Amino acid sequence: MSNILATMGLSRFIENPKTNFSQLGKSLLIPLIGLLIFLFIWEIGAKNVHTSLGTFPGPAAVYQQSLTLIEEHKAERIKEVKFYERQDVRNEKKLAKNPDAKIKVRPYTGKPTFFDQIITSLITVLAGFVIASLIAIPAGILIGLNSTLYSAFNPLIQLFKPVSPLAWLPLVTMIVSAVYVSKDPMFAKSFITSLITVSLCSLWPTLLNTAVGVSSISKDLQNVSQVLRLNWFTHIVKIVLPSAIPMMFTGLRLSLGIAWMVLIAAEMLAQNPGLGKFVWDEFQNGSSNSLGRIMVAVLVIGFIGFLLDRCMLFLQRKMSWDKTVVLR
Amino acid sequence: MSQPPQHLELTKVDIDFPTPNGPFKALQDINLTINKGEFVSLIGHSGCGKSTVLNIVAGLYQATNGGCLLDGKEVNAPGPERAVVFQNHSLLPWLTAYENVELAVKQVFGKSKSKAEMREWIEHNLSLVHMDHAMDKRPDEISGGMKQRVGIARALAMEPTVMLMDEPFGALDALTRAHLQDSLMEIQKDLNNTVIMITHDVDEAVLLSDRIVMMTNGPAATVGEILHIDLPRPRDRIALADDPQYNHYRHEVLTFLYEKQRTPDSGLSSKKKDEATLKVATGEHKPKAKGEDKAA
Ligand SMILES: Nc1ncnc2c1ncn2[C@@H]1O[C@H](COP(=O)(O)OP(=O)(O)OP(=O)(O)O)[C@@H](O)[C@H]1O
Ligand SMILES: [Mg+2]
Repeated sequence: MSNILATMGLSRFIENPKTNFSQLGKSLLIPLIGLLIFLFIWEIGAKNVHTSLGTFPGPAAVYQQSLTLIEEHKAERIKEVKFYERQDVRNEKKLAKNPDAKIKVRPYTGKPTFFDQIITSLITVLAGFVIASLIAIPAGILIGLNSTLYSAFNPLIQLFKPVSPLAWLPLVTMIVSAVYVSKDPMFAKSFITSLITVSLCSLWPTLLNTAVGVSSISKDLQNVSQVLRLNWFTHIVKIVLPSAIPMMFTGLRLSLGIAWMVLIAAEMLAQNPGLGKFVWDEFQNGSSNSLGRIMVAVLVIGFIGFLLDRCMLFLQRKMSWDKTVVLR
Repeated sequence: MSQPPQHLELTKVDIDFPTPNGPFKALQDINLTINKGEFVSLIGHSGCGKSTVLNIVAGLYQATNGGCLLDGKEVNAPGPERAVVFQNHSLLPWLTAYENVELAVKQVFGKSKSKAEMREWIEHNLSLVHMDHAMDKRPDEISGGMKQRVGIARALAMEPTVMLMDEPFGALDALTRAHLQDSLMEIQKDLNNTVIMITHDVDEAVLLSDRIVMMTNGPAATVGEILHIDLPRPRDRIALADDPQYNHYRHEVLTFLYEKQRTPDSGLSSKKKDEATLKVATGEHKPKAKGEDKAA
């Protein structure tokens, strides 16, 4: 618990609850005032923006929409449960009549709710991020250890790093539909497309930072390794990785942030399930509630991005050997 | 040159460091022969090239010309039989004191010692340097002197044939320093390993050494004089304080450092010759060491 609070930046209050009470007031109050001012300006501003879908939603309207979204989700779940119940009843009847009858369980195919889309996006971003890291960290170590490799690949990395996901997407989509053909695919094509796009775009910060971290190991520690005649594996595990960890995490955090941004864009553009698709669908829908619902999505996307970064920060604090560095 | 192979032999060692303004000749024509079990100190002004000499013996630097032989074999790579106590301790910051020593011990004794034996050996070496109370602390949690002591423990624990120490006691207070000097003398007597130690401390050099190698100022530094310390062992620092012989040796070193090598950029070419003749003139040659005569 205290760890979670610490990662949220609230550790000060736990350590010394009484003496720092005024400080607590201050550090809670100021962000709160900021928030209130923001809500106020939003409310005022929103009233004056008239779109073809009606007035821009203010905080209250957006809050209302978030409640609706929760309601819709609950309703959908109840429908689903009922669907399976009906199916079970039917199948039981069938079995009662004829014990040898083949029973089919058909999956429920209702419309994914907002929360389903959140889960889809989260799974996709994490899978894409893990794949990117699994490629970028070893590759970064290799490139960092070998200056020839570094000079060979650095121009390529610099070239691909700034490429926007939107440019990759058509290529990835085409390649996935051409290459990923199977009768009973384990993953949906759209999932694979999003995954690869996310990985491709979020690879670079981890790759570069790992490479830089590895190549800037202090000469002294390299000397120690040489005098001890550590074999390459021990050298990497005991010397290279630990000293590259701070840089590596800087890269990982950047990567995860990029992965999350890229994913939403990819989902919007390619109509792949997820939060991006939710936003796009609402936009296409064009009902009077759409703007409010999109605004909820925007806030949720921001909040999830923030939480992902905090998780990485928490991990970074756990893994960091240098406790003197203030990580934020 | 028809003698049996010496224990440790540096012959005609030059080293050029590449710099943006062309090569920088840090050492020129270093000749030095060291016997097994000998304790040799390197002394000289800052920046003259003492660490460079040590690094060449360690195998971390390659001489541009000439080379280093250990028991007849050319030294061209570092190895644990030539343990180094680095000038800036060089502990791995993510490992505790214990783990830092453990890494070295596993590397050297991983096959010959059992786990329990290794544990005992690590703890023994840490207690030799009075660090057993802070075994589980990381380098950033201990003082500079403590780090230095862990570095010494790490080198001692490797039981090296040649121990290379770069100002090992530089960051220590007088009391700890005296204690560690005494331990070092004892350990060295027991193991009979060869020690090359860099120091700026004249008393330390005279107290510990069999020979003191005094280096001229850089660039193109070389061996200026070599002083044999013929004091009986075990040596006792308090008894020696009044010993005329001891004070004579101190005087010799001080004269070299503060009169002969006072000017930082002393021209070398002529001076080197002077010192070589001076060395012969002072009748310095002892039967024990033969190789340090300039071969040229
Ligand atoms: N890797 C290097 N590249 C270039 N020049 C170097 C390198 N290492 C040492 N030098 C130069 O060689 C000279 C000798 O350096 P060295 O570190 O051996 O001095 P030192 O006698 O150990 O000094 P100190 O007592 O201050 O430790 C210095 O002028 C230094 O600038
Ligand atoms: Mg030095």
